Amino acid sequence: MEITYLEAIRQALWEEMERDKRVFMLGEDIGVYGGAFKVTKGLLEKFGPERVIDTPLSESAFVGAAIGAALMGMRPVVEMQFSDFIACAFDQIVNMAAKHHYRIGEPIPLVIRAPYGGGIHAGPFHSQCPEAWFFHVAGLKLVAPSTPADAKGLLKAAIRDPNPVIYFEHKYLYRHIKGEVPDSDTIVPIGQAEVKRPGSTVSVITYGAMLQHSLAAAERLLSEGIDLEVVDLRTLQPLDMATIASSVKKTGRVMVVHEAPKTGGIGGEIAARIAEELFQYLDAPIVRVAAPHTPVPFSPVLEEAYLPNPDTIAGKARELAGF
Amino acid sequence: MMGVQQPAQAELLNIYYYLKLTRGLEQRVITLYRQGKIVGGVYLGTGEEAIAVGSAAALEPNDVIAPTHRDLGANLMKGITPKEYMAQYLAKQTGITRGRDGNVHFGDIRRGIIGFISPMADLLPVAAGVALTFKLRRERRVVAAFFGDGASSRGDFHEALNFAAVLKLPVVFICHNNQYAYSTPLSRQMAIEHVADRAKAYGMPGITVDGNDVLAVRDAVAEAVARARAGDGPSLVEGKTMRMRGHAEHDDASYVPPALLEEWRARDPIDRFTAYLRDQKVLDDASAKAIDDRIAKEIEEAVLFAESSPLPDTKDLLEGVYAA
Repeated sequence: MEITYLEAIRQALWEEMERDKRVFMLGEDIGVYGGAFKVTKGLLEKFGPERVIDTPLSESAFVGAAIGAALMGMRPVVEMQFSDFIACAFDQIVNMAAKHHYRIGEPIPLVIRAPYGGGIHAGPFHSQCPEAWFFHVAGLKLVAPSTPADAKGLLKAAIRDPNPVIYFEHKYLYRHIKGEVPDSDTIVPIGQAEVKRPGSTVSVITYGAMLQHSLAAAERLLSEGIDLEVVDLRTLQPLDMATIASSVKKTGRVMVVHEAPKTGGIGGEIAARIAEELFQYLDAPIVRVAAPHTPVPFSPVLEEAYLPNPDTIAGKARELAGF
Repeated sequence: MMGVQQPAQAELLNIYYYLKLTRGLEQRVITLYRQGKIVGGVYLGTGEEAIAVGSAAALEPNDVIAPTHRDLGANLMKGITPKEYMAQYLAKQTGITRGRDGNVHFGDIRRGIIGFISPMADLLPVAAGVALTFKLRRERRVVAAFFGDGASSRGDFHEALNFAAVLKLPVVFICHNNQYAYSTPLSRQMAIEHVADRAKAYGMPGITVDGNDVLAVRDAVAEAVARARAGDGPSLVEGKTMRMRGHAEHDDASYVPPALLEEWRARDPIDRFTAYLRDQKVLDDASAKAIDDRIAKEIEEAVLFAESSPLPDTKDLLEGVYAA
């Protein structure tokens, strides 16, 4: 049966809480209300108020508390109502959680669910893609699924991982996409990208909501004889350079597509690593398609102009194919 | 104090030992620092030992502490050894963090110590989370979470105390009100007189005690611990004290009025407790010498151990970013 991306996340939470009594949730409005996006709807009724804990409006407190619980061997999953608000807990994440194992050797099995991304006309404080803020920090794992099956399998992997994992769940995808999800206890391992569409002309390296746009661009270009290979990173940290490398070696032309601003974005690191490690396989310059260096604007016309879309992706791919 | 047991002679001598061991180790670190043997800064609790030791004396063995950089005494009482402490200061492989972090930035949850980090008040939410775990697991354990007057200006202090009060968590928040946060005096830190006054805003008891009276600290913390253990939620205990040295040893603290230091020197917590023990006939010249000699020997063994320990191996530089 096909389910939505949002339902896949809820299934993963439900199944992991049934499987492991150490798993519990902390966050704002996640219990009685079922979460701002209703991801946690029904979990309070099923698991009770000691495992689905509504907290005060205190991102730093509930992330810090989750770190403390993780230190004691619990498996906390916290929900940021919007990933934009993760800034309020930045210090706990980057100074406390991320460095603890390297410093002291004690694991911090913590999952932070971070609803992120634009395309829902929500303005500068409900639309950001903050993954690059954390990409720079050693000790964190970052995942960003783009399909229901990956959403479920990666959340299960994140909950079972002994490290702090930020799970970027794209708000636009919540109810916009459906897909088959394995019934069984299927895990999508952290650290493995997947070729979502094999192709031969240009490698498109992407993740999140941009996967769908990249696949749409690929369909448009097929009639022009341009055959895009679309690589879905799924995990942003640690990067799966092996999968990236095999695609680059196959096509010799690379574009990195992400929704976050181009400046200081993850695409810059990917491009640099390809240039450093795979230069001899390149037939053209590496291209990035990403948002401009502005806050996410509110008005729909502005936001549409801000976000990469199948047209902008196809346009750049066409240029790259003709280089 | 209601429900607080008066300490037996053995416990009094134990408190004396840890006060003196703390002072002795830190004095030795000052010497090593002046000899250029210490890597990085030196952060001491000189003059504030009674808060760390008195608080830790009020805990059960399986309780947990969230220390600050002025709580060596509490760390020692939770099982940190002088040897690993010295090795930590010398950035050696045998230090508590194996050279990954320095000086007072260490912890070991197996021994009930949450690892201290530099941003002030960060450990308070973490302590609340440890206390939440105890509550969820129905374990009758308590967390003692230390912080300073400066840390009480940070958002994490507010968030943690509010969170712990709303969720009724078994945690005791213990303030070293030592008058200065680096060079910033209390008057530039807050517009109230007592940090404990802030407790009212969170709906928890707030008690101010003489932080240089180790038994007063012990009794106040013991009462708050009993309350927490009974499921009645958190408390705030403020110990009034004075930071008798600089923020760290590089800092000559010339911004502190000398008269203020003199005033507090007369209230030295270890001198006062020693006089009390002698007055109570718990301590005499012979027993004091026996304890002091034992401490001196432990400190010298610790220095020898640290100096002869290997430095970390650079081949391990990249190891342990992630847990396996």
